[in-house]
Amino acid sequence: MPVGNLSENEPTGTISTQIENKSEPQNLISHEGKVLRAEQIPIRFAETWFSYDSVPVVRDINFSITPGEFAAILGPNGSGKTTLMKLALGLLKPTSGQVLLFGEPAETFTDWHKIGYVPQRTQATESRFPASVREIVNFGSYTGFNPLSIFKRKRSNRVEESMDLAGISHLASRRVSDLSVGQQQRMLIARSLVRQPDLLVMDEPVAGVDAAGEEQFHTMVRRLNRELGITIVMVSHDIGAVMREATTCACINRDIVFHGPVHQLDAQALSGLYGFPVDVLMHDEEHTHR
Amino acid sequence: MNRAILAAVLVGATAPAFGVFLVLRRLSLIADTLSHVALAGVAIALLTKTFAPVVALVATTTAAVSIEELRMRRLLPGDAALAVFLYGALALAVVLISIADGFNSTLFSYLFGSVLTVTQTDLWWMASLAVVITVFMLILSSELAQIAFDPDLARINGVRVHLLNLGLAVLTGATITVSMRVVGVLLVGALIVIPVLVSLRITKGLTRTVVASSLVGIFVAVVGMIIAYYADIAPGGTVVLTAIILLIAVELAAFVSRSLGRHSRQLEIAKHSHSHESHAHGTADAADADADRSAHR
Repeated sequence: MPVGNLSENEPTGTISTQIENKSEPQNLISHEGKVLRAEQIPIRFAETWFSYDSVPVVRDINFSITPGEFAAILGPNGSGKTTLMKLALGLLKPTSGQVLLFGEPAETFTDWHKIGYVPQRTQATESRFPASVREIVNFGSYTGFNPLSIFKRKRSNRVEESMDLAGISHLASRRVSDLSVGQQQRMLIARSLVRQPDLLVMDEPVAGVDAAGEEQFHTMVRRLNRELGITIVMVSHDIGAVMREATTCACINRDIVFHGPVHQLDAQALSGLYGFPVDVLMHDEEHTHR
Repeated sequence: MNRAILAAVLVGATAPAFGVFLVLRRLSLIADTLSHVALAGVAIALLTKTFAPVVALVATTTAAVSIEELRMRRLLPGDAALAVFLYGALALAVVLISIADGFNSTLFSYLFGSVLTVTQTDLWWMASLAVVITVFMLILSSELAQIAFDPDLARINGVRVHLLNLGLAVLTGATITVSMRVVGVLLVGALIVIPVLVSLRITKGLTRTVVASSLVGIFVAVVGMIIAYYADIAPGGTVVLTAIILLIAVELAAFVSRSLGRHSRQLEIAKHSHSHESHAHGTADAADADADRSAHR
């Protein structure tokens, strides 16, 4: 199976070593020896289990995603990737263990402005949803219940800026159900960017997007990560894209079978993940990840 | 008649505006379920000789909260919970009505609507609930729109989805209670859904769709009432048939417009390719003529 490029270069992000600082168990020590306080760590899974009807979907998950990381979550269908994301976002409650978002349990987390989420699909984009792209992107500027919001006519400048950044300004008045899959994903990213998030979580964002759209998408996300410093977590099936774009990778098949810098992800780890022999081909040094 | 028109306006404005959020979330069936629960409420009122709208409101509120809790706690799949309440309420209504010996004109006025017998008290009751529903929608429009777009995204945006779902379900029951005197419990779901389908075809933008749904609702309710009054036919059925005729007309107009658009595009393409061919032919003819001229020389 050909997969992107492998590099022997050390990733530049602050990759956590999962070394507990015993005096302060919520803190982490990064590879660079920097101590990260609990509230600086975007996502932390601590002995997290989740079961449906007593059948474990994810088991004993222990890893963290540190600031500035571009983390990919890789795994076969039904391996628990989406469940892991829903746990991380507090949409599911762990059966046991904890998921911490910026140091707070995900179920009681309230600083949602720090987080952007791009789902694989929304229920609305598959129906005749009447909202315009601008209306949806404007949802990102929501700051909580305001009974007078209906009379607030002034739109945040962030809405226009975010649409610019996502390259969808020309689609602002278009009905969301008339967009292509790729355009819908860019709209959802623009919606997240309005909040100026520290963490952007994406669930298979390029599924169903054509090659050109995929390239545009990755270029934009790379920019968000490298230039704006947004921590990215991306669930993906595309090993090549993961190898090119991500700094770290967590491979899940109910358990975490690999977690570390992508350049350490080898044929053995991938074969273990998918349950059949996988070859890793290295080519095109220019597109090698960081 | 004035009272009838006022009732039609109140119901026409309220039910479809609220229906936008149900239709977009594919929850249209909850209106049907709660209307059957409202019928059970009417049956209890007939048995206990109490004011039917109040009992119906209590019944729909209780059912709405129970359905939402069952769905949230995953004790029953969403559609199964609706089915249990729909058939359970209908069965309860039939049993209670038979005990009350209530198969009479009062029951039929709730089943199929009898706006011409709307009393002043009914009208005040309808106006009060219409105000509550409108205020709820105005102050929570952003939250309702976000949940309709995607509940998970709304939750991550800080919207209290569960609480608002409960509010939406309770007010759906209230909308049904308001509307049942006009179109009847068996047809109230149609007034919540059909004007929304019309406005989804003719408008763009969420706020405009809500406003358009209300306007379409008022139009079909008033026109239906006037036709029912002068033709001396059942008002509920007339209002719903008016809405369906309007929906068919709008869908047909959209179909014709799409077909014409496609046809004109095809003509344009054909014209374009023909002009290309002519141009190519013209060049070839000119070349042939040149060759002929050279040969003659």
